[in-house]
Amino acid sequence: MKFDYNEEQRLLSDSVRRFVAQDYGFEARRAIVASKEGMSATVWSTLAELGLLGLPFSSDDGGFGGGAVDLMGVMEAMGEGLVVEPYLSTLMASRCVAAAGTDEQKQRILPGVIDGSIRMAFAQGEKDARFDLDHVQARATRAKEGFALEGEKLAVVHAPVADFLVVSARSGGKGISLFLVDAKSAGITLRSYRTLDEMPAADISFRNVPCTLVGTEGEALPIIEAVVDFATALVCAEAVGALKYANDATLEYLKTRKQFGVPIGAFQALQHRMVDMVISYEQAKSMASLACAKIDSAKDAAERKRVVSAAKIRIADACRHVSQESVQLHGGMGMSEELKVSHTFRRLTAIAQQFGDADHHLERLARG
Amino acid sequence: MDLNYSPEEQAFREEVRGWLRENLPADLREKVSTHAHLAKDDLQRWHRILAARGWVAPSWPKEWGGTGWDPVQRYIFEEESGYAGAPPLLPFGLSMCGPVLLKFGTDEQKRRFLPRIYGGDDFWCQGYSEPGSGSDLASLKTRATREGGHYVVNGQKTWTTLAHYGDWIFCLVRTDAAAKKQEGISFLLIDMKTPGITVRPLILMDGGHEVNEVFFDDVKVPVENRVADEGMGWTVAKYLLGHERMNTARIGTSRRELENLKEFAATQRKNGRALLEDTRFRDKISRLEVELMALEITNLRFLDQLRGGRPPGAEVSMLKITGTEIQQRLTELMMEAAGPTSDIALAQRYCNYRKTSIYAGSNEIQRNIIAKMSLGL
Ligand SMILES: Cc1cc2nc3c(=O)[nH]c(=O)nc-3n(C[C@H](O)[C@H](O)[C@H](O)COP(=O)(O)OP(=O)(O)OC[C@H]3O[C@@H](n4cnc5c(N)ncnc54)[C@H](O)[C@@H]3O)c2cc1C
Repeated sequence: MKFDYNEEQRLLSDSVRRFVAQDYGFEARRAIVASKEGMSATVWSTLAELGLLGLPFSSDDGGFGGGAVDLMGVMEAMGEGLVVEPYLSTLMASRCVAAAGTDEQKQRILPGVIDGSIRMAFAQGEKDARFDLDHVQARATRAKEGFALEGEKLAVVHAPVADFLVVSARSGGKGISLFLVDAKSAGITLRSYRTLDEMPAADISFRNVPCTLVGTEGEALPIIEAVVDFATALVCAEAVGALKYANDATLEYLKTRKQFGVPIGAFQALQHRMVDMVISYEQAKSMASLACAKIDSAKDAAERKRVVSAAKIRIADACRHVSQESVQLHGGMGMSEELKVSHTFRRLTAIAQQFGDADHHLERLARG
Repeated sequence: MDLNYSPEEQAFREEVRGWLRENLPADLREKVSTHAHLAKDDLQRWHRILAARGWVAPSWPKEWGGTGWDPVQRYIFEEESGYAGAPPLLPFGLSMCGPVLLKFGTDEQKRRFLPRIYGGDDFWCQGYSEPGSGSDLASLKTRATREGGHYVVNGQKTWTTLAHYGDWIFCLVRTDAAAKKQEGISFLLIDMKTPGITVRPLILMDGGHEVNEVFFDDVKVPVENRVADEGMGWTVAKYLLGHERMNTARIGTSRRELENLKEFAATQRKNGRALLEDTRFRDKISRLEVELMALEITNLRFLDQLRGGRPPGAEVSMLKITGTEIQQRLTELMMEAAGPTSDIALAQRYCNYRKTSIYAGSNEIQRNIIAKMSLGL
C-alpha cells in the first residue's frame, strides 16, 4: 500500500498548482466569472498546454493513458482555485466518445479536445429525474443520416461554452443511448444561467436536432454510469482542494482576527470547531483517494459503485460541515462576496449535490 | 398544567388573524412568501398600516401608542403576522431606538423621535459594529469629539443593515479615549443627511445588497442628539440587549416556511414518487417539525415565566440559537428538495440565511452568555 503520488503525478499537480497560484488568483477568477462567457479561453489553452486534456485518454487516442489517480492532484488544485472552466464537463463527454464512439467520431472529437480547440458538455439531467441516470425521456429517431433528437435537458453545466454535446436519449423502443451533437446545430435552444457556484450552465431544448449515435443503440447506461462515477470520484478530489482552502483560510483567520484583545483562535470553543473541520477534511481526503484508486482498479462495476457512493456520501457531509463552519467562524466577513471563503462555500454546497446528494448515494450504497 | 391557550387568548388570536386576512395587502404577502426583494416602500407600507391600526409597537407604554398586551398576546400577534406572510417590522426603530428613548431619552427627545418612529416616517438603522469590533463591541473606535454644542464624529461602522434606506442611524461612539473601554462610550442619534456621511454597499454571497459600510468624516452631531449621559452608551447598549423582544425565534415565519417546504417537496419527484413520500427526506422534515414544536412550547414557557414576573435572562439566547438553527435548516431542506435545477433562488436563500447565526450576537456569543449567566461557568 502506498499513498504518495509518484514523480509524474507530483510534477503535474505542482504545475497546475503553480498555474492556479500565478494566473488564477481570486481577482483573476472574479474577472473571468464576470466576463460574458463566464470562462477564459486563455486559461483553457493553458490547461491543454499543460497536458491536462490529453492525460486521461489512451495513447491510441492521442493521450497519455492516465487514470483517476493521475488526475487527483490536478482536481485538488482546481478545487483550491475554484476553477470554472469546463474541464470535468469536457472529460465526461469526450470520455463517452473515447469509450464507445466510432473511429470517425473519435477523429472528429478527441484530437480537438486534447489540443484545447474543442470544449464539451454532458447533457444528462431531465425534469423529475433528480439524480437518476436512467430517467431519460429525450428521444432520438432515425433520420436520413444519423438520428434526430427531441427533448429537454436541464441544468447542463457548461452547455453555453461547449462546442459539442453528448446527450442521453431513448430511441426505437430500445434502452438509453448516447448521441453526439454539434452545439451550433439548428433546433437547439439554450436558456443560459449561472449556477450557484458560478459556472455557465443551461436548460436545453432539442427540436429535430441532427446527431450521431455513440456506441450501441440502447446500451449506453453502463457507459453513462462509468463516466459519471469517474466524474464523481474526480469531483470528490476537487472537493478536497476546496475543503483545504476553506480550512486554511479559517485557520489563518482564527490566528489573525482579534476580538476581546486576543486572536479568536484562543477561544477553546472555536479551537474544537476547527479541529472537527480538519477531521472532516482528512476523512474526505481518504475517501476521495479510495474512490479515485478504485476507479482505476475496481474488479467490477459493483465494487466501483459501492466505493464511489461511499466516497460521495462522506464528501457531501464534509462539504456541508466545513463550508458552514468556515463561514460561521469568519463572522460577518464570511458572508461577504469579497472574500474567497464565501465562493468556496458556494462551490462546496454545489459539490455536495453534484452527481447525487448524500441521500442518493446512501440509497445506491444500500442497494449494493 | 394546562398547555392550551385560554379562551381569551384564542379569541385574541382569531381577532388578529381576521384582521390580517383583511388588511395584509396581497402583493406584500405574495412577495414575502416567494422571498422576493422587499423595497423600502414595501416595508414602510406595512409599518404604516399597522401604525394606523395602533398595533405597530405593542410593547411601548400606552401613552406612546403601546397596546397593553401581555407577553403571550404579543407572541400570538407576532406568530400570526409571521405565519400570515406579513413583511417583517424592522427592529431598529421600533424595538431598539424606541425602547432606548423610552428608558433613557429626555422628554424633548421622546417627543421629537418617538411619534416619527411609530408612524414609520423615519427609517432607522443600527450603527454598532465596526471592522475591528464585532463580537467585542466595546472595543469600538469611532470617535466623537465635543466641540461646543456639537460632537464631531469620525470613523467607520460596518454591516449596517439597510443603511442605504436610512434616514437616521443610532451609533455607539467613543467620547473618552482615556476611560476604560466600556466607560468611554456614548449613544448618539445621527441624521444620515448630515454632511460627511458616506454609505457604501457591501454585497453578500448571495449577490444581494442589504448591508453597508458607513463612513463618518467630520460629521457634526448636535449634543442634544446624545441619549443618556456622556459615557453611558454601554449601559444603554446592555439595556437594549436585555430588552430585545422574544421574537427572535420567529416561530410563525418558520411554521409558514415548514408548510412551504412540505408543499414544495410534494411537487418534486424522486424515484417516480413525490419527494415528500420518500422516507429518508420525510424524516428530515419531521425532525425539523418536532424541533419547531419544541421551540414553540419552550418560547411560551419562557413567556409564562416572564408574565409571572421573572425578568428575561439567558432564555432569549436559547431562543435565538434554536430559532436561527431552525430557519437555516428550513432553507437547507428547501435547497435539497429542489435538487439539480436552473432555479438557484432557493440555494441563494440558503446562502443568505447563514447570516442568522452570525448577526444579532453570534450563536457562539449567545452560548457564552448562557454559560456565564445561567450556568455560572
Ligand atoms: C447580514 C448581517 C447584518 C448585520 N446587520 C448589522 C447592523 O444592522 N448593525 C450592526 O451594528 N451590525 C450588524 N451586523 C454585524 C454583526 O452584529 C456582527 O457580524 C457580529 O456581531 C459578529 O461580529 P464579526 O462579524 O466582527 O465577527 P467576529 O466577532 O470577528 O467573530 C468571528 C467568529 O468568532 C466567534 N467569536 C468571537 N468571539 C468569541 C468568543 N468570545 N467565544 C467564542 N467565539 C467567539 C464569532 O462567533 C464568530 O464565529 C450584521 C451582520 C450581518 C452578517
